[in-house]
Amino acid sequence: MIKLAPQLINLFATLILMLSFAMISQRRVVSLINLFTIQGAALVAASVLLGYVTNQPDLYVSAALTLVLKVVFIPWMLHRVIRKLNVRWDVDTLINIPTTMLVGIALVIFSFSLALPISRLSTSMAGGSLGIALACVLLAFLMMITRSKAVPQVIGFLSMENGLIFAATTVTNGMPMIVEFGIALDVLVGVLILGVFMFQIREKFDSLDIHNLETLKED
Amino acid sequence: MSTLFFVLGFPLLGGAVLALVGHRPYARDINVAFSLGTFVAACVLTAEIIADGPILVWHDQFFIDPLNVFMVTLTAFVGMTTAIFSRPYMRIEQDHGKMTPPRMRLYHSMYQLFSFTMLLGFTTNNLGILWVAMEAATLSTVLLVSVYRTAASLEAAWKYFILCGVGIAQALFGTVLLYMAAEKVLGPHGATLLWTNLDAIKGQLDPSIITLAFAFLLIGYGTKVGMVPLHSWLPDAHAEGPTPVSAVLSGLLLNVAMYALLRCKVLTDGALQNQLAGQLMMGFGLLSVVVATFFISRQKDVKRMFSYSSIEHMGLITFAFGMGGPVANFAGLLHMTVHSLIKSAIFFAVGHATQKAGTQVMSEIRGLIKVNPTIGWGLILGVMAILGMPPFGVFASEFLILTTAMREQPWAAPFLFVSLGVAFASMMIRVLPMVFGETTLKPLAHPPALVPVFVHLGLGLVLGLYIPPYLNAWYVEAARMLGG
Repeated sequence: MIKLAPQLINLFATLILMLSFAMISQRRVVSLINLFTIQGAALVAASVLLGYVTNQPDLYVSAALTLVLKVVFIPWMLHRVIRKLNVRWDVDTLINIPTTMLVGIALVIFSFSLALPISRLSTSMAGGSLGIALACVLLAFLMMITRSKAVPQVIGFLSMENGLIFAATTVTNGMPMIVEFGIALDVLVGVLILGVFMFQIREKFDSLDIHNLETLKED
Repeated sequence: MSTLFFVLGFPLLGGAVLALVGHRPYARDINVAFSLGTFVAACVLTAEIIADGPILVWHDQFFIDPLNVFMVTLTAFVGMTTAIFSRPYMRIEQDHGKMTPPRMRLYHSMYQLFSFTMLLGFTTNNLGILWVAMEAATLSTVLLVSVYRTAASLEAAWKYFILCGVGIAQALFGTVLLYMAAEKVLGPHGATLLWTNLDAIKGQLDPSIITLAFAFLLIGYGTKVGMVPLHSWLPDAHAEGPTPVSAVLSGLLLNVAMYALLRCKVLTDGALQNQLAGQLMMGFGLLSVVVATFFISRQKDVKRMFSYSSIEHMGLITFAFGMGGPVANFAGLLHMTVHSLIKSAIFFAVGHATQKAGTQVMSEIRGLIKVNPTIGWGLILGVMAILGMPPFGVFASEFLILTTAMREQPWAAPFLFVSLGVAFASMMIRVLPMVFGETTLKPLAHPPALVPVFVHLGLGLVLGLYIPPYLNAWYVEAARMLGG
């Protein structure tokens, strides 16, 4: 088990990265939420495994926070929101998936070359995952740029948070506990506010298309 | 330390109490009372720090030194005067039907929680908690920006949330990297992210990790400072929210982000032993000044124009801290103080002027000095102060920044001079008719609270003429800590 652990963690890291790519190319809102849930679950698995191998109970707490928040509560809330707003089967118009994927690959290469000199210095056994974590953050960023609907943008935002938590877990074996709790609280409040927001936007514009939100510009 | 308990406890308790009774008519007074309590506690804390020197409290989780205690006092003071200003202002908004009782409750409760998050960000010793507080400050104001529920305010709030959320996520990545570097020296435990511990070992932090960490921290906190090119949320959020919110966003929240950036810069300078952090800050600061000035000259909306002016001034402050050294740091700190005071005073005056005119479009606001001389005088004096006319404090700090720039970074000085000149001309040309033109406006239903405007302007004037010796010593000490 101990011997296999680094490989297993790398496996989970790859899974998380693959899921980021899947999210970039997914058009359906409901499938996006499912992909996000699986990414959260992979993150929990990586944390638990790393906690077991390095014997750090703190990581279990961090994994539990992620499980409750990212795998159970947020997906449940998002499913509820899209059902109420009746955008469950919405298809997001995407500009040119192959090009976006190519840009994504370029981002991964960029992240790896940026992280390589630093991940060598990491004390954690999974230090090599820094590049993957950075790639997840940048891919989520790419997803937010290319989407035109509110719900996929929010999922991109949350997926970025996943990449950050993954970085904190693998590179440094988790942030200090008090900080982890603070981050979790911020994410929770943020998602609740975004939920309120989506209803307000819908009420005002009759759609969740954020192209409606492009009037405040400099002429 | 019990005083700090009150500084943080008053706004937190206020947020809870006002969440219950914030919609009642007396909630306005409760809001002022809690803000006053916070300010008194902050003053006592300041007196204690002046007497006893820096303190660490509650297992080192909180740290008060000359740098942050002056920010705490400033924040508590402007928080209090803004609460006083918002009493009649929000009442008029309610009469106009723009605010309903549930919205008033949200407004009052979030106002106090916002104060709490800013004070927490200043006083915490933990860089992770500083990040959490910054994010919480965004969250507590995002619903305030959209409180009128107009299409424009929803758009502004959405942009504010998403852009600042993405920006601040980069700062979290930077914090993770900082923790990674620190862990190798201090070991993995809760005290590793404490700023006092990091400051003690900053020379041993790995330079390659810290370089990358600072890049992310600069992008992250720079977004919240309103640094160009990450500024596009700022004019929208400041222009579309209620005016008291614009005043505290412009006057206070930008300072918290700047403070976070400064703490990170001190560590980076110590670890890298070179000018990288300073040069990056100078570059972005100068870019912000130039670009913001360009946009000032194109604005039609009065609150947007002053938002761009905030970007310009934060750029100037970033540039000053980027130059480093005792004089530029001193000037940067002084500029932060006077900018907070004067900019919030301007927003108070602008708030009543727009209420009177029923619009934020500058060409439709005319002759304020005839209808209500105090608003007119407040606005024109505030604008003269923010544009750096002597004898106001902005003149003193801009003078110090410009002379230091001419001596140490002569290439940058022409950009700064031209920008300040253009800003002067384009703001004056718009504000003069607003104050002195012919008008048909009617007086307001409730007497506006203009005491805060003149108190702020008075303080800005005092700081320009004479800085009291203890305040001077305090600035010098804080500037020395920033080093560079």
